[in-house]
Amino acid sequence: MVMNYDNTFLLGLYRTMVRIRSCEESIVDPILSGAIRGPCHLYSGQEAVATGVCATLNETDFIFGNHRSHGHFLAKGGSMKEMMAEIFARETGCSRGRGGSMHLIDTAKGMMGSVPILAGTISLAVGAALATSIQGGNRVVVTFFGDGATGEGVLYESLNFAALNKLPIVFVCENNFYATHMPICDCRVESHIYSIAKPFCVETGQVDGNDVLAVYEAAARAVDDCRRGNGPVFLECLTYRQRGHVGPDDNIQGFHTDIRPKEEVTEWLARDPIKMFEDYLSGAECIDTSVLADIRKEVQAEVEAAHRFAMESPYPEAKDVERFVFAQKIFVAETQSI
Amino acid sequence: MRQLCYSLAINEALHQMMDADPLVFLIGQGVKSPWYVGNTADGLLERFGRKRVIDAPVSENAVTGAAVGAAIAGMRPVVVHPRMDFMMYALDPIINEAANWFYMNGGKANVPVVFWGIINRGGEQAAQHSQALHGVFSHIPGLKVVMPSTPYDAKGLMIAAIRDPNPVVYINDRWLCRNEADVPEMMYEVTISKAAVRRTGSDVTLVSISQMAYVAERAAEELSASGISVEMIDMRTAKPLDLDTLLESVKKTGRLVVADGGWRSFGWAAEVVAVAAERAFEFLKAPIRRVTLPDCPAPASGVLENAYYPGTEAIVESVRRIMAYSPLKFSADSTSLR
Repeated sequence: MVMNYDNTFLLGLYRTMVRIRSCEESIVDPILSGAIRGPCHLYSGQEAVATGVCATLNETDFIFGNHRSHGHFLAKGGSMKEMMAEIFARETGCSRGRGGSMHLIDTAKGMMGSVPILAGTISLAVGAALATSIQGGNRVVVTFFGDGATGEGVLYESLNFAALNKLPIVFVCENNFYATHMPICDCRVESHIYSIAKPFCVETGQVDGNDVLAVYEAAARAVDDCRRGNGPVFLECLTYRQRGHVGPDDNIQGFHTDIRPKEEVTEWLARDPIKMFEDYLSGAECIDTSVLADIRKEVQAEVEAAHRFAMESPYPEAKDVERFVFAQKIFVAETQSI
Repeated sequence: MRQLCYSLAINEALHQMMDADPLVFLIGQGVKSPWYVGNTADGLLERFGRKRVIDAPVSENAVTGAAVGAAIAGMRPVVVHPRMDFMMYALDPIINEAANWFYMNGGKANVPVVFWGIINRGGEQAAQHSQALHGVFSHIPGLKVVMPSTPYDAKGLMIAAIRDPNPVVYINDRWLCRNEADVPEMMYEVTISKAAVRRTGSDVTLVSISQMAYVAERAAEELSASGISVEMIDMRTAKPLDLDTLLESVKKTGRLVVADGGWRSFGWAAEVVAVAAERAFEFLKAPIRRVTLPDCPAPASGVLENAYYPGTEAIVESVRRIMAYSPLKFSADSTSLR
């Protein structure tokens, strides 16, 4: 952390991380009470990755997410109210209650979609980058995926195709060391994920995914490379999910699939990305802790408003169940501008 | 009018659409090789360049996903699979992503992509170079499936498919490629989901699609010569079906034979039969019959191929059987499959 940042920028990062965490923690109780019925893969603990990466992007840049994308959606500027309404399966949700937590989209903000098919959006992101390369312009595309997705062949096909066509895409692997219930050592013979990009001559590196400024700096270099036509770039972010694979805690929800050692969890909780950043801000940057407390308070109010919005929103109407199977026209929308 | 063969009619559609719309591009395995796509891609590379005519590595999953992603980013890709069998590697981007995208995102983003697959049967190519998989794709909500049988439709349906705001599976049959017929030089669309009544008649409705429609027309000629008045319908679009044309005809004739180049069980013909039985039961004068491939992989040996692919005689025999049907007379082979 040797670069100089202005306080507005730093507090912006802090606010984004707190917004993500507060959203995630606010839906724990509704999940347990059954008010939220669809699967939610909470992002708590991984906030520094989405926040650091998206801080390097313009609104016209694209990102594609995965099953654990609440953080990506918020960090790219998606509406918290619409996300909450979607999680509660309401008509006012970003996907009108047809998608739920695992299908978040806000094309006007460049959040192009998220899906729970492992590695499912990697090739889509490559295609969006291909569109930039055909049409010109300097849009960069980021695909977020987990360590589990490195088991899918399409990732390697995508790396080769992106490298072959020098596409402006950053492959961001959030390595939280577990693919659902399986530790990485049970899935891979070699654990240095960043090295998988090397045979494709793709620039690659590994970063502490709980250090938001380290992520930001690594992502800024990657995005800059892509803008200058030197893409693609691969970036492995080491991080840890603080909650279950799905829902608040796989064990208390009855699945008993969280086999992570207590000491390991404790160790990572001590490296909480938000706490780490708070320490940095109040230490090195001499920012008054009351400023951070104010942000947390404001965010809390925003989260509560998002819940109210969701709860007061109607459900989709049963008569509309077959709506949206086919489009009647093309959505030229905001996605056209580069 | 100017005569053009089926494959060059496709070629002309691609030339005209790529010329008219800079968002259209062609990607796939072998687009610069006549070995793969015959003359359907003639002159495209020279005219539109490597950026828009992309000969892709053998990575069907990623390359098809890239086409889907480019469509999500606002382009209008055509991705070609010179053997339809190869598309099986790409079922994730086609089915999980493209077909579901509009619905699962609440109508917020659409995917105007054409998945072009070529049925390559015959020539002793055996089970993995011969499959007609339209039944698989027709089963999937969110996909349209078109299967032109004439050069006129080959051009008009390609143009309609590219212009459609939804993912369209465009399937052509290698056996049709050299057929010549009138094709207007102008740019025109054949409406998706609109069948063509190739011959009007009053005794029996003969429904078919793709190469089997070509065969069925010959069968209808033969039957008419022997005094059976056949109404022959080329559905042209496998899904969504043109129910109006189908049902109107069945209600008029009271008899139905469906000839399809796909497999028998759970296939396209089965769906046409089911619709007729559900919606026109009281008009039926005889049991419905299907002419299809047997539930058996495609063989290599020419001797077996001849036994495998139904021709005009199979259709003629089926029509004669239902014409001979009498509800008062129990027929021992009314339950036989073919």
